[in-house]
Amino acid sequence: MSNSTKGIWKVIGASSVGTLIEWYDFYIFGSLATVIANQFFPKTNPTAALLSTLATFAAGFIVRPFGALVFGRLGDLVGRKYTFLLTLILMGGSTFAIGLVPSYESIGFAAPVIVLLLRLLQGLALGGEYGGAATYVAEHAPPDRRGFFTSWIQTTATLGLFVSLGVILLVRHGLDADIQVSIRKFNDWGWRIPFIVSILLVGVSVYIRLKMNESPLFSRLKSEGRVSVNPLKESFGHKTNLKMVLLALFGATMGQGVVWYTGQFYAQSFIETICKVDFEQSRTILIWAILFATPFFVVFGSWSDKVGRKWIMLTGMLLAIVFYKPIYRQFLAETENAVYQAKSIATEAAPVVKTEKLDDRIITTTTTLKTFTDGSACTQKAIDTSFSDASKAVAHGPVTYIDRKLSPAGYWKFVGLVFIQVIFVTMVYGPIAAFLVELFPTRIRYTSMSLPYHIGNGVFGGLTPFIALLLTTINTDDKLVGLMYPIIISAVCFVIGVLYVSNKIDPDVSD
Amino acid sequence: MNLLRKWMGVVWMLLAPLSIFYLIKTAASEIAQHPVIDTKIQWGVFVAVAIPIAVGMLIFGWYAWKDEYRR
Repeated sequence: MSNSTKGIWKVIGASSVGTLIEWYDFYIFGSLATVIANQFFPKTNPTAALLSTLATFAAGFIVRPFGALVFGRLGDLVGRKYTFLLTLILMGGSTFAIGLVPSYESIGFAAPVIVLLLRLLQGLALGGEYGGAATYVAEHAPPDRRGFFTSWIQTTATLGLFVSLGVILLVRHGLDADIQVSIRKFNDWGWRIPFIVSILLVGVSVYIRLKMNESPLFSRLKSEGRVSVNPLKESFGHKTNLKMVLLALFGATMGQGVVWYTGQFYAQSFIETICKVDFEQSRTILIWAILFATPFFVVFGSWSDKVGRKWIMLTGMLLAIVFYKPIYRQFLAETENAVYQAKSIATEAAPVVKTEKLDDRIITTTTTLKTFTDGSACTQKAIDTSFSDASKAVAHGPVTYIDRKLSPAGYWKFVGLVFIQVIFVTMVYGPIAAFLVELFPTRIRYTSMSLPYHIGNGVFGGLTPFIALLLTTINTDDKLVGLMYPIIISAVCFVIGVLYVSNKIDPDVSD
Repeated sequence: MNLLRKWMGVVWMLLAPLSIFYLIKTAASEIAQHPVIDTKIQWGVFVAVAIPIAVGMLIFGWYAWKDEYRR
């Protein structure tokens, strides 16, 4: 292996590990949202609950683009290396601190305020990290392999989700031999461990990054005295660059964001809440799909060096537009009530009957755990209402099937269907760092590429679960109506991409 | 193709105010139906972030109309 190849792998290693840790830090807050809410944002206190809503919405949608502006500017003024070192320290420090904040019960109202501020810092840091890492790697990479080398950075967002789910499951199951005791300990204090562990990971990553050199292109710019004096003004105040920022947003990152969030978040939420598949299966399905699909980020990144970035990204979007509905129809078909009613029962546990008296009526809930010969299982739930006035007949509510466990064949079919969606993600996301880097000149690259990326990913992508849920509450008859949001956004982005984005690979990004 | 790029600029310019109108209309109706602080914050944030994006779409459409993306 030549020295230059060894060098680029060190650059990729240092950048990717840090970016992965930042995503890990960002996701553990989301994955532990329920536990954190119980500790810091009690529903009984309306102000604390309000801060919880702010923490969810502000960190994702508002602060990330601001982080892109703040750190992008800094990166174009003082350099890539120290800026993305700073974002890493900020993110790691905030995450570690969240793990140490005393609960609402101990210090009262100060607890949710501190957690909200730390969460905002996390969002700010994340907004500055990606652009720095992508720029840093791209400015080290040889021109003919820029897509391949930057695609390693692209794997980190997905792997960060994977690692956060893994660490949480390990800690949740590992605090005691008795699983129930372990979960209780986790909810009580063990949830702090994934946050505190972050400081060790960040420490190692900071050490590695400190030993790295500044990007050669930025160093040259600095030595020649050609560094931008006002990157924000140059990026967004000059038509030549602003039109490319807008093109990057509306012709690439907007569609990429919704495809990313649909494949990796909405799919899991749909399987759990609409298909009623149990908690554990709905998460392991995603874990397997991510594991199998992650190498394809590199495959498509590398392929984009040969055929150009544009058509790979747009094909990913088009496939998502065409196949989302058929894929989600398959999810529904596999878990329909009629399918479960027609299955042969292997075992049926004794029904558990609960009654509740409400004014003039008695609600009787009967739950029965059933397993079927194909290996699937579910809990059948029936609700009957009887009245104190004996002349009124008993009202039988519809029978529902919850906590469904898929058969092995059904389980792997679901893994396959989520895998296909993550493949769409790898197509739109694998080449995008190289695409963005090539759109902008070195002196304002960090600022210019960070903003469209975080608006596309954080705002358009981050809104996917909320808009999808909103659409299902407006049109309750159509379970697939939530998909209209990613389909429409992807379609607009696809048309803009086809018309205006160029497929030409810029051989020289040292301009 | 350049002519199509130019004329589609009008579509993008129209899309911006239309999407903001629809968003504000939906936000008002949702807040009226559930007048709690959570709903107000959520929709407040949606509208606040959507307005600059819509302005961006308008500018993008204008640039397209002015042949800035001509190849």
